[in-house]
Amino acid sequence: MNYPDENTYGNKADIISTVEFNHTGELLATGDKGGRVVIFQREQESKNQVHRRGEYNVYSTFQSHEPEFDYLKSLEIEEKINKIRWLPQQNAAYFLLSTNDKTVKLWKVSERDKRPEGYNLKDEEGRLRDPATITTLRVPVLRPMDLMVEATPRRVFANAHTYHINSISVNSDYETYMSADDLRINLWNFEITNQSFNIVDIKPANMEELTEVITAAEFHPHHCNTFVYSSSKGTIRLCDMRASALCDRHTKFFEEPEDPSNRSFFSEIISSISDVKFSHSGRYIMTRDYLTVKVWDLNMENRPIETYQVHDYLRSKLCSLYENDCIFDKFECVWNGSDSVIMTGSYNNFFRMFDRNTKRDVTLEASRENSKPRAILKPRKVCVGGKRRKDEISVDSLDFSKKILHTAWHPSENIIAVAATNNLYIFQDKVN
Amino acid sequence: MFARGLKRKCVGHEEDVEGALAGLKTVSSYSLQRQSLLDMSLVKLQLCHMLVEPNLCRSVLIANTVRQIQEEMTQDGTWRAVAPQAAGRAPLDRLVSTEILCRAAWEQEGACPAPGLGDGHTQGPVSDLCPVTSAQAPRHPQSSVWEMDGPRENRGSFHKSLDQIFETLETKNPSCMEELFSDVDSPYYDLDTVLTGMMGGARPGPCEGLEGLAPATPGPSSSCKSDLGELDHVVEILVET
Repeated sequence: MNYPDENTYGNKADIISTVEFNHTGELLATGDKGGRVVIFQREQESKNQVHRRGEYNVYSTFQSHEPEFDYLKSLEIEEKINKIRWLPQQNAAYFLLSTNDKTVKLWKVSERDKRPEGYNLKDEEGRLRDPATITTLRVPVLRPMDLMVEATPRRVFANAHTYHINSISVNSDYETYMSADDLRINLWNFEITNQSFNIVDIKPANMEELTEVITAAEFHPHHCNTFVYSSSKGTIRLCDMRASALCDRHTKFFEEPEDPSNRSFFSEIISSISDVKFSHSGRYIMTRDYLTVKVWDLNMENRPIETYQVHDYLRSKLCSLYENDCIFDKFECVWNGSDSVIMTGSYNNFFRMFDRNTKRDVTLEASRENSKPRAILKPRKVCVGGKRRKDEISVDSLDFSKKILHTAWHPSENIIAVAATNNLYIFQDKVN
Repeated sequence: MFARGLKRKCVGHEEDVEGALAGLKTVSSYSLQRQSLLDMSLVKLQLCHMLVEPNLCRSVLIANTVRQIQEEMTQDGTWRAVAPQAAGRAPLDRLVSTEILCRAAWEQEGACPAPGLGDGHTQGPVSDLCPVTSAQAPRHPQSSVWEMDGPRENRGSFHKSLDQIFETLETKNPSCMEELFSDVDSPYYDLDTVLTGMMGGARPGPCEGLEGLAPATPGPSSSCKSDLGELDHVVEILVET
């Protein structure tokens, strides 16, 4: 695969914490640590500029969440955007959900290219006029104006999570969505903000007995009654909401038996699942743990059908990675539109792609120094031991502060968005 | 770095002292390293109480790691309850503030010692290497938290500490913690090869050597003695604050 076209949108003050294309791929949203959302829109392809194939430009920027202070617990609530999920477009406006640790918000992003002029009670600057001075009445008219994109919060879903929200997922019925924190999952109706249904609760009666938390959750893309959630012990549970109101009992339980030869004090930590994603087809789920990406068939619970090594050379470094906390990094994973390729991030600004059909994989780097616009990305290689070839990088030279946790893949085309700390990279496939 | 692939029975021939010592070094290296991992984990649990609510997933994973280590140490016999001599030092417990997490670290400092306290698990050469002072004994009571039949109070205190990890705590006095753990050095790169070397058949890690040996013994006495000094230092800090 060639990914020659690269646009870098850098210099964001804050670290990007989530990236998501909308359902058509026309829009790309990013959330950052400062609580801001930036939406990019793809340029319409013009006949004049054949070579500039639909670049993404900033469409809207708004402050989604602000830092808060929980006075009861004397703790700050971070404004960092943990996840953004788009709703399918149903009219001219775009809707997305954005969430921080505690509060989910529904935002409406709409364009305004006309404005009313000629109010009776207000003057041109908007100041109220003294009614006594009005001698005639007129009908306000809509006049064209420069395109303005505005974002307005339409719903605020608050006070439903004691623990930190890690996932949100829009249901295929488009009427409900779920939000998951470390111990509970709640189901919401978009229209109702003061109430949510608790559908999963794994909080033990005695918190001393807590040994497992929920790490991610997602609705099935087609079956509105089905969802999955993953845990810190490397398990995935599939639940059917028709079975009971509280889905504490799963319908399916996915777990791979542990390899006894690989057992160490870090086994559990590296088995903790950081992300779970249904394939577009709805037949498979993909999970990401610290060292691997796994593909599971929904019909086979006892082991994954495919396992891909992301950076197995880190296996001998686990203690150092535990010490510097890198072992707790939560990498995400994504499917391409046809479910034939999966992608996930790594360290040193590397990201990896695995072709499920050809079984080929590639390591690419998202960095300014190594890519110029429209340059073809060169595959990278990490040298594990012995002699290092010229272009290879040795494990000890990897920069663990440069981690790619968040990536996104256009729903139908080979366009990917890669967040490298506070830079966003967009790569497009060169067809010819 | 310890010699790899070295399988030595602890009860070795007297003439082969060097070999025996090398084997022992492997064993105590592993115990030391495991102890270090335990230290590190307890520090992590404590330091995660900043201004922002701690990451529960991370805390749970670290706590589970601590439990694993403790279980293994219990099975090894390196984590043992000690009887009544403890009573004299019990007040020390009271002196420690209600910062349960400090106590958790406290407890594992007490985990260091004592094959010589009559548990019957010692082996010849080993106990010679690690003479025990009576001063070390009293620190066991806290460690008995991990025993099934440990004193109720101590078990409660540990459970309370985990409880407080998972429930949200108010911000503790950060400087206290820094002083407490300023001595926790981190030459942890050694840990990589030791602890993760347990994985995979290709690497003859310390575990394989350990299987052929009697239960692991604690580290050399020097670290125990320095722990004692640290103990006083720590008490001083806590009492003054």
